Amino acid sequence: MNARRRELFGLVLAGLIASVALATVTLARDAEISPDVVTWGALFLGLYVVAHVVIRRTAPNADGALLPLTAVLTAFGVTTIYRLDPGDGGRQAVWIAAGVAALAGTLLWFRHDYRVLESYRYLFGVGAVALLLLPSLPGLGETVNGARLWVDLGVIQFQPGELAKICLILFLAGYLREKRESLARGQLKDVGPLLAIWGAAMLVIVVTNDLGSALLNFGIFLAMLYVATGRALFVAAGLTLFLGGAAVLYNAIGHVQDRVTIWLQPWTDEPVYCSLTGELALRQDCASYQLVKSLYSIANGGFGGTGLGQGTFTSVDGSQLIPYLRTDFIFSAIAQELGLVGAAAVLLVFMLFVVRGMRVALQADDGFSKLLAAGLTFGFALQTFIIVGGVLRVVPLTGITLPFVSYGGTSIVANFVLLALLLLVSNRANEPR
Amino acid sequence: MNPQIVRLTYVALILVAVLVLMTTYWQTWAAASLAERQDNSIRRVAEFSIDRGLIFSFEPRKRLARNRQRAIDGRTLFFRRYPYGPLAAHVVGYSTVGRSRTGLERSLNDFLTASNSSLSTVFDKTLDELRGKPVQGNDVVTTLDLDAQEVANEALGANCGAVVALDPRTGKLLVMASSPGFDPNLVEENFGQIEQITADCTPAAPLVNRASAGLYVPGSTFKVVTAAAALESKRYTPDSTFVDPGYCTVYGKRVNNFDTSRPFGTIDLTNALAYSVNSVFCNIGKKLGAKKILDTAKRFGFYEKPPLETPSDERLASGLYDNGRLFYPKVDANVDAGRMAFGQERVLVTALQNAMVAGAIGVGGRLMEPHVVNRIVAPGGKVIERQRPRLIRRAVSKKTADAVADMMRLAVERGTGTAAQISGYAIGGKTGTGETGVPGSNITWFIAFAGEDEDRPPELAIAVVLQNQSGTGGTTAAPIAREVMQAILQGTENP
Repeated sequence: MNARRRELFGLVLAGLIASVALATVTLARDAEISPDVVTWGALFLGLYVVAHVVIRRTAPNADGALLPLTAVLTAFGVTTIYRLDPGDGGRQAVWIAAGVAALAGTLLWFRHDYRVLESYRYLFGVGAVALLLLPSLPGLGETVNGARLWVDLGVIQFQPGELAKICLILFLAGYLREKRESLARGQLKDVGPLLAIWGAAMLVIVVTNDLGSALLNFGIFLAMLYVATGRALFVAAGLTLFLGGAAVLYNAIGHVQDRVTIWLQPWTDEPVYCSLTGELALRQDCASYQLVKSLYSIANGGFGGTGLGQGTFTSVDGSQLIPYLRTDFIFSAIAQELGLVGAAAVLLVFMLFVVRGMRVALQADDGFSKLLAAGLTFGFALQTFIIVGGVLRVVPLTGITLPFVSYGGTSIVANFVLLALLLLVSNRANEPR
Repeated sequence: MNPQIVRLTYVALILVAVLVLMTTYWQTWAAASLAERQDNSIRRVAEFSIDRGLIFSFEPRKRLARNRQRAIDGRTLFFRRYPYGPLAAHVVGYSTVGRSRTGLERSLNDFLTASNSSLSTVFDKTLDELRGKPVQGNDVVTTLDLDAQEVANEALGANCGAVVALDPRTGKLLVMASSPGFDPNLVEENFGQIEQITADCTPAAPLVNRASAGLYVPGSTFKVVTAAAALESKRYTPDSTFVDPGYCTVYGKRVNNFDTSRPFGTIDLTNALAYSVNSVFCNIGKKLGAKKILDTAKRFGFYEKPPLETPSDERLASGLYDNGRLFYPKVDANVDAGRMAFGQERVLVTALQNAMVAGAIGVGGRLMEPHVVNRIVAPGGKVIERQRPRLIRRAVSKKTADAVADMMRLAVERGTGTAAQISGYAIGGKTGTGETGVPGSNITWFIAFAGEDEDRPPELAIAVVLQNQSGTGGTTAAPIAREVMQAILQGTENP
């Protein structure tokens, strides 16, 4: 029960962080602290207390740090989004509530034994590929920013990539648990599935133009393959295949090429051809506009940041200076207002989450659980790296979300499901026997 | 599987650690260079929420740039107003939302926005931020004499040209005027109006600071440098005599004096400078060679941008130019030294540089660093930076400088520069008329130093340059110099 008490304490701290952050934002905007802050802070805390109570009932022995860390991340996210656009802030709060509901639902559903999921592994495998290809179906998919990532079902829009990631991890955990011995022995017949997955990753890039999600899913696959077999050679071979494939695609697909060019040379001194307008322009005024503006935003924060609510995101006339700020570039908004201190703190929370998640994998005592927890945690870390690394110009920028922080319903809900699975594994591993 | 999981944990942690490292890079190491980029609209807009420091003239103390506060969407923004309009626009520059900054507004932006690294500024700024008050920038007090600046602007009138006046003892800039001027208040509101400004030259280019970025043929004002080089070489004395036939032969071609009808016959160096005899300097140039003269010019500051607080791309180095590029001859034969010696050839000089030459001659050869900022003051009144006189180098020996100064005084007393006389003051000057080959489009110059008497170092040095003139330096530029000098000298007498 000790873990649960620590969890509650952590949640209260997270609630305080959210309230203080929200108060600062309203203070900067209206020169007074809005009384609504107390209501919103209490609602935020209340939501997580609900999650806490459900965990007490369904997974009493689960790790006590994961939920508070999640709460802190969502607190950073929702206040930043609220600061950028109060309406979106409210919607994000609703999404967090939906996420908590998804967490509770998952926990309740699988409270007896989540390992039944293992028997549906092939279903998840097929599901993952289907979900990834869904946006490219005519009539369903929507192209945003050069990549097809969205599905429009009329009433609801969602990014199936986020759910696909979890399906893939479930499939791989089950499949690799089954095949790990023979794979470790390096039997030739087992190279087949490896090649099939590589082919699927390439296919996803071709059909959806989505470099980021391909990188993420393939990275997860290699990591889990390594955990299952302990053969670094597989990882090396897989990376070579992926890079080779990516090199071929680089030459074949303009979108991928653009992304890499922007990454390597965001600034030009001479005007270059701008495919958006069809005229000559400096690249920083055209293709790399977003990236460059987001770097300026980060740099403007400096060491201590401008302070919550006091960053510069709009021009004097109110027009937006940085596109896609709430989703892909939320990190550059946080980095400007909270500075290096705040940005590093957020990244530290991600690190702590990774450490706790991997600890769950270490504590688990069956292969499926270990692979599942390690895969989920590594996927979480890799996704953070790909999007924040893209914003920071470490890797080419691709449009995926920052877990628990970015604006967006699918992402929030999917990551709460990820959290629920980790909690279930942890609960089982810590069960007194 | 546990060893693999541990290793995977390290990989995951390293990935996130790389992010921390790169965030640090962008927010600390690279932040300054990103802040300076012209397309950094975030920084530019962000700085409008800072109560930007004011810019003052030295005497009388007036606000050359102040702020107008406006609230937009709950944000308090500070927009610039320039109460004196065009008066010192080229020095002060402008700071607008739409265009990148110029002048001191650009080069001193860090001080004006309190983002300089001085400890007290960092402290005050942090305090302001914590109290939720707009950050207050540091004020800048320039060295400009506003009355004299106004006289200079009026005297320039519709001419294209520039006036620079400085205190040669300290390097303090008193006047820096460029014509045509512009109203910096219009840059944001109505830039089209600035684009339509016309003057007696094309392009009118009102935004260019001709005083430090306008390169002009120096004409006979360059004889001051040549005379100094001649004396420094020890091959000539002020009393060296020459026979003036009214022309000089270079590369087999005749180069005439300004007035060929009246050759001077036998003449010494002092009188040759006072009466600006081309043939004498032409022969000195041929004897000394171009490099010798240019080396003396370098001692006066040629071939480097004059140090000043304005942005470095608003200042140009003087020297020989070939196809728009500064060049220094590898061998003497690359340059026509005879014509260069009296300021033709391809020598180009800025008014600022020429004022420095006159000043250094006046004060016995000491070349002082010119400066236009007197001090920078923190919001609380604490001076965080005060400009002190700095010697660049001794340009020429005191003996040489004093001898050339005597020659220049003679030029004003009874030579080509009599139009600059002010009774009760000792003034030495040199006229210059740079021919462009088109009649009525001469570049005319007057450079001078002035003080109360010959024995004390002069309190001001001046350079006046005018474009597209039909007269000579003595008839066009010298009267303007006289007016500005009078304003400065009498202004300091009765403060």
